[in-house]
Amino acid sequence: MAEAENTFRIPIGPIHPALKEPIRLSFQVEGERIVGVEIRTGFAHRGIEYMGMRRNLIQVLYLAERICGICSISHPIALTQAVEQAAGIEVPPRAQYIRVIISELERIHSHLLWAGVAAHELGFDTLLHLTWKVREKVLDILEELTGNRINYAIPIYGGVRRDIAPDQHPKVQDTIRYYRGLLDELLDTFLRDPSVEARTRGVGVLEPEEADALCAVGPTARASGLAKDVRQDRPYLAYGELGVKAITPRDWGLEPRGDVYDKIVVRLLEVGQSLDLIERALLEMPDGEITSFPKIPALLAHLKKAHGEGLGWHEAPRGEVIHYVRLEAGVEEPVVWKVKAPTYSNLMSWEPMFEGQEIADIPIIAASIDPCICCMDRVHMVRDGSEATMHKEELLRLSREKTRRITDHGSRITGLGGVR
Amino acid sequence: MILKILFSQLFTRPATNRFPAKYMPKSVTGFLGKIQSGKTKLVPPVPVPPRFRGRIAYDRDKCIGCQLCIRVCPAKVIQFRPEVKKIRMHVTRCTFCAQCVDACPVDALAVSDQFLLADPDRSAESLTVE
Repeated sequence: MAEAENTFRIPIGPIHPALKEPIRLSFQVEGERIVGVEIRTGFAHRGIEYMGMRRNLIQVLYLAERICGICSISHPIALTQAVEQAAGIEVPPRAQYIRVIISELERIHSHLLWAGVAAHELGFDTLLHLTWKVREKVLDILEELTGNRINYAIPIYGGVRRDIAPDQHPKVQDTIRYYRGLLDELLDTFLRDPSVEARTRGVGVLEPEEADALCAVGPTARASGLAKDVRQDRPYLAYGELGVKAITPRDWGLEPRGDVYDKIVVRLLEVGQSLDLIERALLEMPDGEITSFPKIPALLAHLKKAHGEGLGWHEAPRGEVIHYVRLEAGVEEPVVWKVKAPTYSNLMSWEPMFEGQEIADIPIIAASIDPCICCMDRVHMVRDGSEATMHKEELLRLSREKTRRITDHGSRITGLGGVR
Repeated sequence: MILKILFSQLFTRPATNRFPAKYMPKSVTGFLGKIQSGKTKLVPPVPVPPRFRGRIAYDRDKCIGCQLCIRVCPAKVIQFRPEVKKIRMHVTRCTFCAQCVDACPVDALAVSDQFLLADPDRSAESLTVE
């Protein structure tokens, strides 16, 4: 980027008090106005995929749960679906409904968490405390259903680990009623508050064409008016029977503008949608088995024999998450495990969103895609080689070197199975 | 709207449980001493739900030493003691997923409701199950 005479560069990060996770944003500013931004990632790379390829599949499940602390059921759901596809395992209908219920409860807690963070970034800390106070209720019901507040450890290959007992149904219905009564108040305090509107209307705009071209997912894309939701577009688990419709600001009676305000609208309306889904899933949940492999040794033996590849997807609170696995017969570990977290798809939307905005709007725009950097960081540059130093001659030299290396040592080219 | 909630909050009890004491004691050791001598009472923690996943309880007599729990444990908490064919668990590493409880063929493992496990010594007796 050519630096004009009167532009300045403001680097933020990788470690900075305004950022919750390490990422480097380098802003080009002209006075108060942002004219360009450079994003550099890779500071929170943990090598989780590499660790997973050295553990058996049951251990990988709990590692996947810890990719993200908030989406702690989205990653296991995507992984179990990928492995079930690869190993040809059927999931009983009751288990599918239980997975749906837990993942929708998680969506409520994640969206409320985000709403609180957004209020905090705007300097509206009263609203932060209010939102986080009401969020405790959904964490309590998750603890009641699963035994843990955050990392629920519920899905397993072929089903779920805990049933929802009949005496727990009234407790879940109580929670639904509590949030139904509260949602109107929350919508009112967030969306009809003049100071929230003044700080978020027309801020961080993502046009629908840009969202489409940059492959934005989840609430970020839906706030721009794209009716894009994995639960609607490629139904899985019980979502096909429950029938999910992607929520856009049109459901609130507004034409989508793609700004931060619309992102609040979409997320809060999705809390209501999740409540409806949980209520219907509880009613329509069929009786029967909760797992097709009640005995762990049988499951381990089946997974060891499995051979093939699988792709699993899930609409996490932040957007679409995809897991890919490849299994080989006789090996307990997955040969390949690839994770695509929603923030990876949403990161590039930051560029058009920051353009033309003020420096003071950086925190709320950055927060508006609900970034989760440590989920997203899958690659880390060990040598700091930016594209500027990589010339054609250099690439040619590297290519020739590789040819020489391969022909000299006779080592064969590793295919997909290699660690990337 | 929000003002109504804020004013009503002045007259309601706080949403948080003031565990272990209502106000921060001047000296923590003095506070603990007072509890032991019965001069003051502990504010109890929020009760846990019935199937809460706390520290794993181990029934040594039932254990047959099959090592299945060791195979499934994601955090490598469990150590095998070949001389007695039993296990030892290092609770500091535990992630409380209770997969070992599901895997155990003879129900020697169970979840308990204990969650107050802080200790300055990681090999303390309360953090080692055997």
